[in-house]
Amino acid sequence: MLKQIEGSLGVAEAVALCRPEVICAYPISPQTHIVENLGEMVKTGALAPCEFINVESEFSAMSVAIGASAAGARAYTATASQGLLYMVEAIFNAAGLGLPIVMTVANRAIGAPINIWNDHSDSMSQRDCGWIQLFAETNQEALDLHIQAFRLGEELSLPVMVCMDGFILTHAYERLDLPDQAQVDAYLPRYEPRQVLDPKEPVSIGAMVGPEAFTEVRYLAHAKQMQALELIPRHAQEFRAIFGRDSGGLVREYRTSDATTIVVALGSVLGTIKDTVDEMRREGHRIGALGIVSFRPFPLAEVRRVLHPAQRVVVLEKSLAVGIGGILSANVRMALSGVQLHGYTVIAGLGGRPITRKSLHKLFREAERDELQPLTFLDLDWNIVNRVLEREKRERRSGPIAETILRDVGVVAARVA
Amino acid sequence: MFQIRLHGRGGQGVVTGAEMLSVAAFLQGRHAQAFPSFGSERTGAPVVAFCRIDDREIRLREPIMEPDALIIQDPTLLHQVEVFSGLKPGDGYILINTSRSFDELGIGEFVSGFRPERLRTVPATELAVKHVGRPLPNAALLGGFAAVTGLLDLASVAAAIRDKFPGRVAEGNVAAATAAYEIVKQEMKEAALNAQAD
Repeated sequence: MLKQIEGSLGVAEAVALCRPEVICAYPISPQTHIVENLGEMVKTGALAPCEFINVESEFSAMSVAIGASAAGARAYTATASQGLLYMVEAIFNAAGLGLPIVMTVANRAIGAPINIWNDHSDSMSQRDCGWIQLFAETNQEALDLHIQAFRLGEELSLPVMVCMDGFILTHAYERLDLPDQAQVDAYLPRYEPRQVLDPKEPVSIGAMVGPEAFTEVRYLAHAKQMQALELIPRHAQEFRAIFGRDSGGLVREYRTSDATTIVVALGSVLGTIKDTVDEMRREGHRIGALGIVSFRPFPLAEVRRVLHPAQRVVVLEKSLAVGIGGILSANVRMALSGVQLHGYTVIAGLGGRPITRKSLHKLFREAERDELQPLTFLDLDWNIVNRVLEREKRERRSGPIAETILRDVGVVAARVA
Repeated sequence: MFQIRLHGRGGQGVVTGAEMLSVAAFLQGRHAQAFPSFGSERTGAPVVAFCRIDDREIRLREPIMEPDALIIQDPTLLHQVEVFSGLKPGDGYILINTSRSFDELGIGEFVSGFRPERLRTVPATELAVKHVGRPLPNAALLGGFAAVTGLLDLASVAAAIRDKFPGRVAEGNVAAATAAYEIVKQEMKEAALNAQAD
């Protein structure tokens, strides 16, 4: 059924249709609306049987999800930013134990300086924790990926993060096609755990493993993610058969077949990139885009297949590996090992800075002329940067960077963009 | 694509206004995208929200920097915030919540390049106090917006309001929106007659 609703409500409705049995969460922007909506559904009885557990921190949220999942329940939680960091120890445990928890990450920057706005620093900080990470381009896809996440996670016995851009998607109202219960039931079978804590058949979960077998346990975690590379496209096909639309898969190509320049990105910025690609195509530019849906496992072969005929690749990412540059671009480069082409890393949209068509047009044209630096910070204000660098050269006690910059730029709350 | 930017202050229902606008457009079979700009969310602080309406899927995720229409919920923002930024003279629509005129607000000269029939004021706060009992102008302004742009039917706006609010609050807001719609329609009729007379 078509509805015009907030992305967070759409995700909550999708999660509810997946019949979760335990939901635990601690509120943090921009994730809060999702679990608020689910909490209300549990309270009114619209979602039953399901236990909604309020916890006192994100660490407990993930710990409760681990306990619930180990007891055989379908478990769900959601978080963002500092909340994700606060649960890190438990996140690694959930993956190491092979518990198929599904978690929404409403992507948001990480402090300091504290910043509530969107970028991908939070999910990226957990890229090697063993969870599958899927990135949604639209709210429809965010909704659909949650349904696929339960299916995929439970089939492999691995936890899955569905990453969606905080505020840009979570707080956006747009048209959503909400599936009905029969469709979701047809797609998502009952949860059959590989391991379960059952008093009737007692087992222990979480044994200590020494050097004699630790490598093997870790290898199996990797092997499972490699299995996910096979399952994700298959699940997207089955999803299409039941729900009638394309969602998920490993990657999504846009006008790439004859493109000499291909832009690679994750998440909602792909929409703005596609509009820019269309405008440039009308002027004769041979440009296309490649969206990565599955960041973990990373689809090396698919990325290579799409990119290797191009002359240059621009990886535009909302995260920064301080001290080297790009995170997504490092993965893309690995896919292109041995392929000769120009590669550019563009860091954009950090801490909620809007990524505009105007800036993308300029950027992509510079890339086409191969005038781009290997590492570019989109719309970086050099005046601000240089003023701080000069101040630091001039005086020893130059003060805290965030505060001095805010004094330099003045109040920005009233700005439109 | 038609792009609307709403300016107001925290607590005036600016974001809710943009959301209802998108629901009204959706109910008329259009694609619509509403989203807030998250500055400081304190009560009284300047707030901006956005709504795009189109006949096809809207993929663009940038803020609206060149709006086709502005809805200004609080006229005290006019000289504080760059509310008119990016609005195209000639084509742009401006709807301001006020009982004063553009001249009285001190922007008569600024708007002289705009088409007069696209410039409207409506006392939305007063209408809200009268019909809802609270000074929340967002729903009434949507009635005024439907009248000045002709982009939405009053019926869709009313349905969007009922989608957002329960029972009596909804009916009060629908009454305020209807009153604003009638006021703006009447003003436009008079302006058209005056234009003919000239």
